[in-house]
Amino acid sequence: MEMQVSAAESSASRNKLLTLHKVDKVFGRDVVALRNMSLDICEGDFISLLGPSGCGKSTALRLIAGLMQPTNGFIRWEDGRQGESLSVVFQEPTLMPWATVEKNVWLPMRLKGISFAKVRDDIREALNLVGLSGFENSYPRELSGGMKMRVSIARAMVTRPKLVLMDEPFAALDEITRFKLNNDLLQMKVKIDCTVVFVTHSVFESVFLSDRIVIMAARPGRVMQELKVDKPYPREEDFRTSNDYAAYCRAASQALKEAQEGPRQ
Amino acid sequence: MSELAHDPVTSFVDEEERARARRELRNRIGKWILPVVVFAVGILAWDWTIRINEIPHYILPGPGLVFQTLIQDRAILLDALMVTLQITLLALLVAVIGGAGLAILFNQSRLVEMSFYPYAVVLQVTPIVAIAPLIFIYVESKLVGLLICAWIVAFFPVLSNTTLGLKSADHNLRDLFSIYGANRWQRLLYLQLPSALPYFLGGLRIAGGLALIGSVVAEFVAGAGGIGSGLAFRILEAGYRLNIPRMFAGLILIAVTGVLIYAVLSLVSHLMLRKWHESAIKRES
Repeated sequence: MEMQVSAAESSASRNKLLTLHKVDKVFGRDVVALRNMSLDICEGDFISLLGPSGCGKSTALRLIAGLMQPTNGFIRWEDGRQGESLSVVFQEPTLMPWATVEKNVWLPMRLKGISFAKVRDDIREALNLVGLSGFENSYPRELSGGMKMRVSIARAMVTRPKLVLMDEPFAALDEITRFKLNNDLLQMKVKIDCTVVFVTHSVFESVFLSDRIVIMAARPGRVMQELKVDKPYPREEDFRTSNDYAAYCRAASQALKEAQEGPRQ
Repeated sequence: MSELAHDPVTSFVDEEERARARRELRNRIGKWILPVVVFAVGILAWDWTIRINEIPHYILPGPGLVFQTLIQDRAILLDALMVTLQITLLALLVAVIGGAGLAILFNQSRLVEMSFYPYAVVLQVTPIVAIAPLIFIYVESKLVGLLICAWIVAFFPVLSNTTLGLKSADHNLRDLFSIYGANRWQRLLYLQLPSALPYFLGGLRIAGGLALIGSVVAEFVAGAGGIGSGLAFRILEAGYRLNIPRMFAGLILIAVTGVLIYAVLSLVSHLMLRKWHESAIKRES
């Protein structure tokens, strides 16, 4: 069981996609949401930002998404592009209630001025990928919470983005639905070969999903350490009940605890 | 036998569900029957009061006489109704265009909103009866004067509701639009306008009634008669001539018109929202 603490080492072999360099975010005069965060995001990474409320994990996500600018430090895309290669899934499904499922998934392309007819097949495929074939013409209110979240994921995946940012997307779902969506998300990640930054406060979710877990602490929000989950994709349901999984969970919980209280003497 | 006993539909409707079904049926029937009963009782009471007290018709006409007048004077009254309806609908149309247009303008420019919104409020809170005489001094055409009065009364609910609606788009969706690089028009067209639609339709229903009130009040103030006079003027005129039955007939027409306008606008609203908005959805349980 290998557990490494260095971020640079774990991603040395892959192409770098995005760099956060000594990023601070201060709200107002003195509310420090994030302090001195550095992170290299590499192609193919599944990174979880794990920490309690107020640890700045959502702030980090919004900074990466370009919705806010850092107070100090910088965020650099290695290939300089951002718009086309980025998508976001929020905690709420964030669908347009007045539009059908397929029209909701069309949104990213529609805003690029691409007609519906042109991308109809892509939309069908994305919906198929999340298991919602046959619901193209349903309205969001006709769907369950889990299905709405699937639409939201389809909308994020339909453009084949390089980087998908997910902000506690499954936190409001029941556990059975969440497990199912975790499995499906991993399959999708492998299929469309994207990089994911996933914000969560669930140790179990972060271990199951990610290959890098960034442990964060609150007040001020900051990165404490990084754990590597050395288990290749695709991961199947049986990983959840394996000894490895339990060990990783224990290690992550311990790291999280230390992050809150300081390391044990 | 045992199969039947486990069939929940045929054999297992519990007492609570039965009570609920009864209650629902009662409500559904009561909703239609009760207003009709109240109406009939009211008319009968009205009729009896007049017969028993032998009240002369130039003081209070009976319902029969009012109905008879409605039929007899239908030529005059319907002409007048058309005039009032025309002004009302025109005013409503201008209120919708002006109200929604101003709301969009305010939404696009915070500076314009800060500059002019207070005056929209001033216009709204000043009673139209007090403004109308001035308008008729400066505006040559009576029709235009009436239109302006009705518009002043009707446009505000459309403006304020649409303004609120344009601001009420889901904040995550707004972020999403930013991330996907939406420009200002895409944002307005695909996000803000659909979000504002339920609010706008709520304002529209209020504005429909207010446009009618505005045009009737303005007509009372304008007073001048002759050809092309609306219902309010006919009521005034009938009053001068002590033709009380015709006053009632005119009043009934105005009330019915108001109800119809509200019903039509409610239907429009329902049709536009029924597929997706919470307000138009019937809950199953």
